[in-house]
Amino acid sequence: MWAFIHKLGSPKWFYGISAKLQPWFWAAAALLIVTGSLWGLAFAPADYQQGNSFRIIYVHVPAAFLAQSIFIAMAVSGLVFMVWKIKVADMAAAVMAPLGAAMTFVALFSGAVWGVPTWGTWWMWDARLTSMLILLFLYLGVIALRGAFTSRDSASRAASVLAMVGVINIPIIKYSVDWWYTLHQPASFTLTSRPAMPTEMWLPLVIMVLGFYCFFIALTLMRTRSEILRREANKHWVQELVAGQVVKVPAEEAR
Amino acid sequence: MTPKRKQKLFIILGLVSLAAIAVGLTLYALRANINLFFSPVQIAQGDAPMERQIRAGGMVKEGSVSRDPESLDVEFVVTDYVDDLEVYYSGILPDLFREGQGVVVVGELQADGRLYADKVLARHDENYMPPEVAQALEEAGYSPADYQAKAAEVGKRLDEEGVPQASEY
Repeated sequence: MWAFIHKLGSPKWFYGISAKLQPWFWAAAALLIVTGSLWGLAFAPADYQQGNSFRIIYVHVPAAFLAQSIFIAMAVSGLVFMVWKIKVADMAAAVMAPLGAAMTFVALFSGAVWGVPTWGTWWMWDARLTSMLILLFLYLGVIALRGAFTSRDSASRAASVLAMVGVINIPIIKYSVDWWYTLHQPASFTLTSRPAMPTEMWLPLVIMVLGFYCFFIALTLMRTRSEILRREANKHWVQELVAGQVVKVPAEEAR
Repeated sequence: MTPKRKQKLFIILGLVSLAAIAVGLTLYALRANINLFFSPVQIAQGDAPMERQIRAGGMVKEGSVSRDPESLDVEFVVTDYVDDLEVYYSGILPDLFREGQGVVVVGELQADGRLYADKVLARHDENYMPPEVAQALEEAGYSPADYQAKAAEVGKRLDEEGVPQASEY
C-alpha cells in the first residue's frame, strides 16, 4: 500500500502510468458523453411541467457535480502536498483549478439559462446560487494565488491553503437548499433514496455524470503530464526522454 | 508518519476546523438573512417588515387564483399549510405558475395584510416526470403531492406494463 503511494508520488512513475491510463479515460469520456447527450437531448421524455427546457439538466447537473468534486480533489491534493511533500499532488492541483473554474461557470451559466423559463429570473441571491458564485471566486483565487508568487513553492503552499480552507464552502453548497429557504429546489439525486424521476430520465443523466468524470480524469492526467515535463525539465529522465524524441523527429522528416 | 508530518497535519486540520467553526457561527448568526423569503407563518407572526420590499414564498393555494378578465391583475393565496398570505399582482406570471406550485413573490406588505407583488417567481420541486405519467396519475385521482412521491415508482411500472390504465392505480 505505502509502496504504491510512494510510487504514485514519483513524477517519472506517474508519467509512465498516466500514459497507459489516459487513452482509456478519453475513450470512456467520449463514448459516455456522446451517448448521454444524444439520449438526454433527443430521446429522453420531456418534463410534464417544464417541457424541453428540462433537458438543460443533462449539462447543468454533471457540471455542478464536477465543480464541487474538483474542488475537493484540489483540497485533498493540497493536503497531500503540504503534509507529505508529494510534488505530483501539487502539479495535479495546479492543473485542476482552471477546469474546476470552467465547470463552475458552466453550472452557473446553464442554471441561469434554465432559470429564465422556469423561475422567471436568471439570477436570485439565494443561498445555493450565491455559494456557487463564491466557489467560482475561490477557484479564481486559487488560480490567481499561483500566479502571484515568484517562488513556485510559496505559490503552491498558498494555493493549497486556500483550497483546503475553501473546501468548507462545499457542504454549504450541498446543504444550502435544505438549511435555508431558496429558490433552487432540493437535490433530485441522493445516495439514500431513489432518484425523483423515472428511469428513462435519470439513466442518461447518470451516463452524462460518469462521462464528465472520465473527461475530468483524462484531462487532469494529460495536463499533469505536461506539468511534470515542465517542472522536471532539468531532471535526467526528462532530458533523456526529450533527447530520444529529438533524435526521432529529424529521422521522420527525412522520409 | 514522521512526527513533523503529523504536526503539520494537525496544524492544517486545526486551521480548517477553526475556519469551519467561524463560518458556521457566521451563517448561524445570519440564518434569518440567508433565507430567500419569509413564509406565511413568519409574516403572520409579524417577523416581516411592513411597507418595505420583501420576498415571501410558499405554495399557491388550490382554488385561490382569481384573475381579472379585463386586465393582467391576479389575486391568489400563498400558503405554507399553517398560515395563508393574500397576494395581489399585476403582470405576466411565469409559465410554471399554477395552483399547488411553489412561488416566491417580491413586493410590499400593506396594512390590509395583503402583499402587493412587483414580481412573481415560480419555484419547482426536485421531481421530474414525462407528461404521460403525470396525466395518468392525475386521471387516477392523485394530488400533486402524492404523485410526486410516487413518480419514480410509477414511472418504472409504466415501463414494464406499457400503456397505463386509470383503474390500475
